[in-house]
Amino acid sequence: MTPLAMTGFTATTGLGQGLEAMTGALREVRSGLGRCDFEDVDLDTWIGRVPGVESTPLPRAYERFDCRNNRLAFLGLHQDGFLDAVAACVGRVGPSRVGLFIGTSTSGILETELAYRQRDGATGALPAAFNYAGTHNAFSVADFTRQLLGLQGPAAVVSTACSSSAKAFGCAQRMMALGLIDAAVVGGVDSLCLTTLYGFHSLQLTSSHPCRPFDADRDGISIGEAAAFALLERPSGRDDAGTIALLGIGESSDGYHLSAPHPEGLGARLAMQAALAAAGTAAAEVGYINLHGTGTRSNDSAESRAVGDIFGAAVPCSSTKGATGHTLGAAGAVEAVIGAIALRHNLIPGGVNTTRVDPAFHIDYRTRSQVRPLAGVLSNSFGFGGTNCSLVLGKLS
Amino acid sequence: MIDLIAYVSGIGVRGPGLSGWLETHAVLSGGKSWAWTETALPVPETLPPTERRRTGRVVRLAFAAGLEATRQASVDPAGLPIVFSSSSGDGDNCNEICKTLATANRELSPTRFHNSVHNAPAGYWSIATGSQVASTTICAYDASFAAGLLEAVVQMAAQGAATALIAYDIDYPQPLRAVRATAAPFAIALVLQPDRGHNTLARLNVRLDEGDPDRVVHPDLNGMLSSIPAAHGLILLEAIAARSRTSLNIRYLEPQTLHIEVSP
Repeated sequence: MTPLAMTGFTATTGLGQGLEAMTGALREVRSGLGRCDFEDVDLDTWIGRVPGVESTPLPRAYERFDCRNNRLAFLGLHQDGFLDAVAACVGRVGPSRVGLFIGTSTSGILETELAYRQRDGATGALPAAFNYAGTHNAFSVADFTRQLLGLQGPAAVVSTACSSSAKAFGCAQRMMALGLIDAAVVGGVDSLCLTTLYGFHSLQLTSSHPCRPFDADRDGISIGEAAAFALLERPSGRDDAGTIALLGIGESSDGYHLSAPHPEGLGARLAMQAALAAAGTAAAEVGYINLHGTGTRSNDSAESRAVGDIFGAAVPCSSTKGATGHTLGAAGAVEAVIGAIALRHNLIPGGVNTTRVDPAFHIDYRTRSQVRPLAGVLSNSFGFGGTNCSLVLGKLS
Repeated sequence: MIDLIAYVSGIGVRGPGLSGWLETHAVLSGGKSWAWTETALPVPETLPPTERRRTGRVVRLAFAAGLEATRQASVDPAGLPIVFSSSSGDGDNCNEICKTLATANRELSPTRFHNSVHNAPAGYWSIATGSQVASTTICAYDASFAAGLLEAVVQMAAQGAATALIAYDIDYPQPLRAVRATAAPFAIALVLQPDRGHNTLARLNVRLDEGDPDRVVHPDLNGMLSSIPAAHGLILLEAIAARSRTSLNIRYLEPQTLHIEVSP
């Protein structure tokens, strides 16, 4: 595929708001996880909670979109000059030539969960203030973002669990390749809610420790929340050497189980191979792999096999979910931004919380950060339903 | 304006009083009168029994339309990329989860949780077919049919290979029904090919444009468009059934509509 320049990008996670907070934490191998203090949740688990979401009300004109997920989107969009970068792009190509593709798994369902507690005692009705389209519906975050950014091009929410926002890059790439649009805002926004906290707990997949991806003693995930965005444009061919770019994307299905990965990581391998092929990148040109690395027994085991099959132990790898938590539908976009940070600063971020890499894994898992020249990064995102997506990032020549 | 050309080689339909493309074709072309009957939702026989037990209405609906379309097109579903598109996903399951989370113990069933992902039908589909090709699941609220069709045509054109759309919606139970009144389970599936073939049912020339969305001409079916996002595809099916050259607009995201020129 033709490389697409990432002319703007930003991420807001439990590590803080914007790129500077994230870059500092990645350099220092710091975690943004804390003991679960969300709402009245009574689970013994750790979460990656974004500070300041509650105190970020939406402007009056966007009142009907007011919910945690859209507040988080609003907060994220205001970092790193992202709004200005989009406005400048809209000025260049026109609002109907800019697409918008956002990944989310649970959208604003927290509003619905809370509204169910306030059902009318006699009729069972939800409170009058509840706004379904503005908060609960999966599209709400894209509707809100599209209006806030003044975009008039094609748009959709991709909701494929934890691969959602990686696959959003694919929607943008295809439409740009066919000439339907000249640029796209892609991203992922997912926020803490009871469905995912109690849901992953019901599957015995949440850890009572901060998650330890690829550790021999790993025992589950820590759920996080995040908003991450990128602006994709065609390379101008002028003065863009060194600009960070999406080089390839690969998608696959496991066809195996709804909530467990293929044990040999077959679907994961297909996605990585397809991404490398689309990028025209040899495995040896990848200098860092940001693993999906959720910290469950089965995910990390399947992923280590798939990565080992393609790369052997030759490429430094880490999961950054010990730092951010598993941000579910936002993880693909968050980790694309981490890949971009890695390329910009020639930084291999060490995986946080992992003290003893599982000796059964034959990959080069890093627990310390290292500065060294990087030309290519691969990022993995896999989800329930057996959905897999890998991205290859690099620099324009 | 960029025009994308796709050839429809299979159609599946499930809705109230519309069990399959043959019946829908007869209704749309005036050969059969329409009466409201509950949407028939067969248990998907292609799923292994353990998985079958876990499926709710939304999976049965998506499977019924998808299987009809892929069989009609004589394509191997295992090698077929599919775009699933739904405005509201599994409203039954969502309602049960929210009810449980409003109780003191909040103990969710693991099956309820894994069925809660918007891509659950896509996941079950890939298990049933053994498919390892990519599928995706998208949402664009009331524009979900057009967004799904656009994504499917784009995937087909970008990859130069057959791609399917399965657009589906089910009705919410109360109390969500009061704030999102989807009338009935409804699904349309289309198999799209980049080239004309012996089983081509229609040629579509698709582009983004501006203009007012069209309505369905059939007086009894028009009402479904205002209450079921997936039913917006009936505008397209009515044009395909007419087997003449025509153009139409399907509701997309303002200010754009999805403009389609349909010919046999």
